[in-house]
Amino acid sequence: MSSPNISPLAPDRLERFFEDAKPPYSSAEARIEAERCLNCHDAPCVKHCPTAIDIPKFIAQIASGNTRGAATTIFRQNMLGASCARVCPVEEMCVGACVYEGYNGQPIAIGRLQRHATDEACADEVASGRRLFNPAAPVGRKVALIGAGPASLACAAHLSLAGVQADIYERDDVPGGLNTMGVAPYKMRAESSLAEANWLLSHGARLKSGVTVGEDLSFHSLLDEYDAVFIGIGLGKARTLDLAGPGVWEATALIRKIKTERGFTLPPSVRRAVVIGGGNTAVDMARELAMLAVEKVTMAYRRGKGDMSAYAHEWAGAARHGVVLRENLSPLAAVHRDGVLCAVRFENRDIGTESELDCDLLAVAVGQEVSMQALQAGVRQNTNGTVWVDPVTRRCSAARVYAGGDCINGGREVVDAASDGRIAANAMLKEWGLEQNRG
Amino acid sequence: MADLRVDFCGIKSPNPYWLASGPPTNSGEQVMRAFDAGWGGAVWKTLGEPIVNVNSRFGAMDIAGAKVAGFNNIELITDRPLDANFQEMAAVKKRYPDRALIASLMVEGREEWREIIRRSEDAGCDGIELNFGCPHGMCERGMGSAVGQEPRVLAEITSWAKEFSSIPVLVKLTPNVGDILEPGLAAVSAEADGLSLINTIKSVIGVDLDRMTPLPVVGGQGTHGGYCGPAVKPIALNMVGTLARDPRITAPLSAIGGVSTWRDAAEFIALGAASIQVCTAVMHKGYRIIEDLVEGLNEFLDAKAMASVEWLKGRATPNFREWGDLDLNYRVVADIDADACIGCQLCYVACLDGAHQCIHVNQAPCQAWHGESDHGQRPRAEVAGPVEHEADALADTRIPWVDEAECIGCNLCALVCPVPGCITMREVSAGNRPESWNERVGATAR
Repeated sequence: MSSPNISPLAPDRLERFFEDAKPPYSSAEARIEAERCLNCHDAPCVKHCPTAIDIPKFIAQIASGNTRGAATTIFRQNMLGASCARVCPVEEMCVGACVYEGYNGQPIAIGRLQRHATDEACADEVASGRRLFNPAAPVGRKVALIGAGPASLACAAHLSLAGVQADIYERDDVPGGLNTMGVAPYKMRAESSLAEANWLLSHGARLKSGVTVGEDLSFHSLLDEYDAVFIGIGLGKARTLDLAGPGVWEATALIRKIKTERGFTLPPSVRRAVVIGGGNTAVDMARELAMLAVEKVTMAYRRGKGDMSAYAHEWAGAARHGVVLRENLSPLAAVHRDGVLCAVRFENRDIGTESELDCDLLAVAVGQEVSMQALQAGVRQNTNGTVWVDPVTRRCSAARVYAGGDCINGGREVVDAASDGRIAANAMLKEWGLEQNRG
Repeated sequence: MADLRVDFCGIKSPNPYWLASGPPTNSGEQVMRAFDAGWGGAVWKTLGEPIVNVNSRFGAMDIAGAKVAGFNNIELITDRPLDANFQEMAAVKKRYPDRALIASLMVEGREEWREIIRRSEDAGCDGIELNFGCPHGMCERGMGSAVGQEPRVLAEITSWAKEFSSIPVLVKLTPNVGDILEPGLAAVSAEADGLSLINTIKSVIGVDLDRMTPLPVVGGQGTHGGYCGPAVKPIALNMVGTLARDPRITAPLSAIGGVSTWRDAAEFIALGAASIQVCTAVMHKGYRIIEDLVEGLNEFLDAKAMASVEWLKGRATPNFREWGDLDLNYRVVADIDADACIGCQLCYVACLDGAHQCIHVNQAPCQAWHGESDHGQRPRAEVAGPVEHEADALADTRIPWVDEAECIGCNLCALVCPVPGCITMREVSAGNRPESWNERVGATAR
């Protein structure tokens, strides 16, 4: 499965330094874990999966030795099953709902089993030459998808399997969106994201990379050319709180460099880092810095620990790597001496005083804006700027326009994007009377 | 500490555990190591005219990740020279005089029996066991289970052995018969001193789906073998219990069949066994399992205030009855402990699809029986629509509940429940006097 239009990743990327936090299972390990599953009726894990994968079924299929069947069960509901296996906050979803959680505190490692099934089955496709899914004959419909992130990739894959031509327009060189550029490398490396994108595209969708819709061609020209347009552009510019200067990073940009830039390393002078924010990106950033041997990593959050939007298990992971949390700190300014970052000044919100934290690197992770302006799509937006969609179909206010992923939810999980993509694809197929082609 | 010593028709051993005849008793050095580990006795790998074995010989059945739940073999009797075997047996008996040493024997003609029994006695054996059980390879030559399946032949050879032997004669029975009482009674009629059972069950352990060959594979082919291991324990328990409760079976029983733990052993003893033989569990885990077989049995006997194995022997036998003797009016219903329940709802599905549709769920549409409670006496020819139960104490939980009136007390829910003690079967008084089927039929006949 090679796709000539995907640029190869540089071999000397810093992310390759990171080891998997949840390494792959051997077949024997997977079998043993799968055998533990009780096969609950009306299983809580399924109810807590945004894509409603039949988890007990795929686990039983691993246990029976039917790994291809297990992968098929997963992909039917979620074509991004391979990356979701790695990046889903399973502790908050399927695994958190496992009945073993309340019994012996040892829930089934659903994510790792899903990774095993999808990886093994995709490897078997290559080895055996037998595809898991064979696309239907062309139906004479075509869809343009904007942005090659998880939402578009999922939507395009479901469409291609149904015989619909799917063209994905992506401004970057490589597909995958945040899966490639933003996922913490101990969860998934960029190469896994690209392998998945390759696999998804191999069912017939076309990737047109290096094309920015709104600049290189207009949204409405796409609407003229295609039967439908799917907007999967994710979020826009990161907020920086007006903190600037040497040594100050916007977290997603730094993560992107760690993951994809050739030869990128942290300056050796970086011994103390401060990360501003209380969300999952801030926690990821802090943990990555700690894993890169930055001696002291402090997360500074403007409210209390209990107010952080980061998942508890993610924070616990960062804390295990030595990250320290400072609460009730509102950043005022980055302090530079001789043009070199030396500290960040805060307001102590609880007592109203000011203080400084020494640092050689400051990373800001306080969220991204939704920016729909450049696209000129003319679709209705919610008050927070996200794209309004019909909750049942993911259809936008404009005819033949659909949307999914972070641009409609303001920034959630890959699995939510995968779900949106599938729902939108199925809605299009229904619109065109092609329901029998649904995956 | 309870007294674990046993005296089995004159064969004494420090504990009831003997290695059964098989690969673990193939040679003197093995049996010596076993005795060092603590085994009370050993029935030597069957002696006879040495045979030629094939490669491979064993197969196993794993269940849900549990290795060797069932085991089968196509190995025959000893393939080593008789001289070597007898020499080793003499050395073993000399070094371990307090352990039971029994020669398992399988030959054809009367004179051959005379000769091999003489040699066994000369080697110092405490007893002999006539192998009338092996269901593969030897039976085709007129030995093993070919004898065990013919009560008259079995009785005749047993009487030869009794004629030639001055030490106790055990007859090892094959389970490959319609009624275990027939060979059992035949052996007793020929004055066998003891009975050993069960030998292995005719079996094909599996099929190699790549080579399309029954397992174990010999070249490109396979054949049936003898089945044993944990999975055969229930079959063995029934056969041992059946002989134990029959007053005509006066000989003591040496139980064989899937014993892996002291609990298995205790169950056999409770159903009437006087000694226990073990093979597969040793092939799986080694001689060292004797430690907990002994310690666990000791703990159990102490906890039950039983001074010796003899106190346990046959304690469950009087309660092992024909179905017709059971009380038709006895009633139990399932009780789900809501505090212990983890909400897997396996009991719901099992009851719904595999039993009597009397366990209900609240969170999802419930497909249990919602009609009048009649235990299925009236026709149920339609699939009723699922019911959404109204809110009650359990409405927001995944905890199922039992419709007691409809529950027929089958146990299935308690068996599938993964949480120990969560589902129990509670006795309910039906208010009627006990009445068995035999009593009911007898009353009608009068």
